[in-house]
Amino acid sequence: MLSQQDMLEAERHGKQVRSIYVYEAPVRLWHWLNALAMVVLAVTGYFVGQPLPTQPGEAATHFLMGYIRFAHFAAAYIFAVGLLGRTYWAFVGNHHARQIFRLPITNPQWWSEVFFELRWYLFLEKTPKKYVGHNPMAQLMMFFFFTILAVGMVFTGFALYGEGAGVGNWQDRLFGWVIPLLGGSLQVHGLHRLGMWIMMSFVLVHVYAAVREDIMSRQSLISTMVSGWRMFKD
Amino acid sequence: MTETFYEVLRRQGITRRSFLKFCSLTATSLGLGSAAAPRIAHALETKARTPVIWLHGLECTCCSESFIRSAHPLTKDVVLSMLSLDYDDTLMAAAGHQAEAIIEAVKKKYKGNYIVAVEGNPPLNEDGMFCIHGGRPFVEILKETCADAKAIISWGACASYGCVQAAKPNPTRATPVHKVISGKPIINVPGCPPIAEVMTGVVTYMLTFDRIPELDRQGRPKMFYGQRIHDKCYRRGHFDAGQFAEAWDDEGARKGYCLYKMGCKGPTTYNACSSMRWNGGVSWPVQSGHGCIGCSEEGFWDKGSFYDRVTSITPFGAEATADSIGKAAAGTVGAAIAAHAAVSALARARKSHGQPDKEN
Repeated sequence: MLSQQDMLEAERHGKQVRSIYVYEAPVRLWHWLNALAMVVLAVTGYFVGQPLPTQPGEAATHFLMGYIRFAHFAAAYIFAVGLLGRTYWAFVGNHHARQIFRLPITNPQWWSEVFFELRWYLFLEKTPKKYVGHNPMAQLMMFFFFTILAVGMVFTGFALYGEGAGVGNWQDRLFGWVIPLLGGSLQVHGLHRLGMWIMMSFVLVHVYAAVREDIMSRQSLISTMVSGWRMFKD
Repeated sequence: MTETFYEVLRRQGITRRSFLKFCSLTATSLGLGSAAAPRIAHALETKARTPVIWLHGLECTCCSESFIRSAHPLTKDVVLSMLSLDYDDTLMAAAGHQAEAIIEAVKKKYKGNYIVAVEGNPPLNEDGMFCIHGGRPFVEILKETCADAKAIISWGACASYGCVQAAKPNPTRATPVHKVISGKPIINVPGCPPIAEVMTGVVTYMLTFDRIPELDRQGRPKMFYGQRIHDKCYRRGHFDAGQFAEAWDDEGARKGYCLYKMGCKGPTTYNACSSMRWNGGVSWPVQSGHGCIGCSEEGFWDKGSFYDRVTSITPFGAEATADSIGKAAAGTVGAAIAAHAAVSALARARKSHGQPDKEN
């Protein structure tokens, strides 16, 4: 329903106007802050598991792992708080703000759009369609590889943070149950790391698809996430 | 009425001075502060000894070996006396039917008021025939003995989690005690073996305060398993500084740098080794230059190498680490994107220059 409405909206507006306001300021701000936090998280997280070469000299003159872990935890708080704020905005923002949280899986029209997009990406369709928000394929990917995964990363991440913060700390009380559930601390570390790799693979696809669609599709993408306005090319 | 602990101790020639020293030491090791020492002394002076039945299932007796080496000179005398260890087939003199009769006698006389300490675990495959105790499957003895117990202590990784005999593929289906016994308070004291003073500490706490210690989510006493090895490690400063041993014989190893890169499991292991140490405080694994292997964590045999930090994940079929899976995934995605971009560029070029009149 959402996507059908979305498509009609695009067609209608496409005929009359050349642009439409899609991403409200909080969504755009969150997007870029979140992107920055993710870069910091992935890089520092990689080096927490596989540390840099050993530091020479006296221990008192260095705090390398301390700084790396600090950056990781600070970025993690920005990521988690951002995700909370973004969830709030899904309720109060426009209907595009809800797209990455809810899939219209009962709508056959939406599914046919997903397969249309799949054919488009497989070069089986010559002409792309117009969408105001995410195209249905993008929405599907976004839901599983960002929204669900991000929640998983927040839960495992805070559970691991709770181990250092100590038993009885709020991180431990809220998220500590994750550790025995997934089979112990080492397992959770491994899964959290695997989650990072999946997220980074998603980032590759996300950035590529955005650039490609910006060039090849009938609407703007990258500038839309900066200005909020979706421009239609025809 | 059975003798009190104090009476037993005095009868064995232990002076009151030594007795009080033991009480203070125990209060300290339990993290209770000096005010608790008189309470411990009072309890030991007035309470009748609680009978303990110590059962052995599938195990290697390393828990018993650790227990009898409890470091403070008095502790082993005191605890062996304190426990009123009525049945322990490894330590007791009685054997055969005479020994087995003791279990029945304790069960009748102290119904609902004795403690069962279990070392090892029951294997469940083939109706429990992989572990026979007095001619019968151990699992039956365990269930019967625990039926009237006040509480159950699961000694070591075997009783708490299964340990090596439960490692994949677990041919005998060795099963931790808490998955066989229900409806009784069960205290998990994991480790392979647990630290001697942790074992005596748990018993002392239970006898002194007549209740089980506060447990965490995995049923372990918080006072000994509330922090990770890493949190109290004396090499933690080198970890924070980013100073690591990168080979067993390099400069970092000689200087006693952090063993994180050598696969130390201290950051993922809950135990008291880094604060209480072993053998009366002589040393402990990290101090002797070898990383922690995480022996008090669930399923530590099945969690990949003891010598890798990012260890293999087996649930995904073929053994692989998060990094190898991740790099392969990111590489594949990257290559797919490059190929897709190339085809896209071609398609676009063909569309705009090749046949301009065919489209629209």
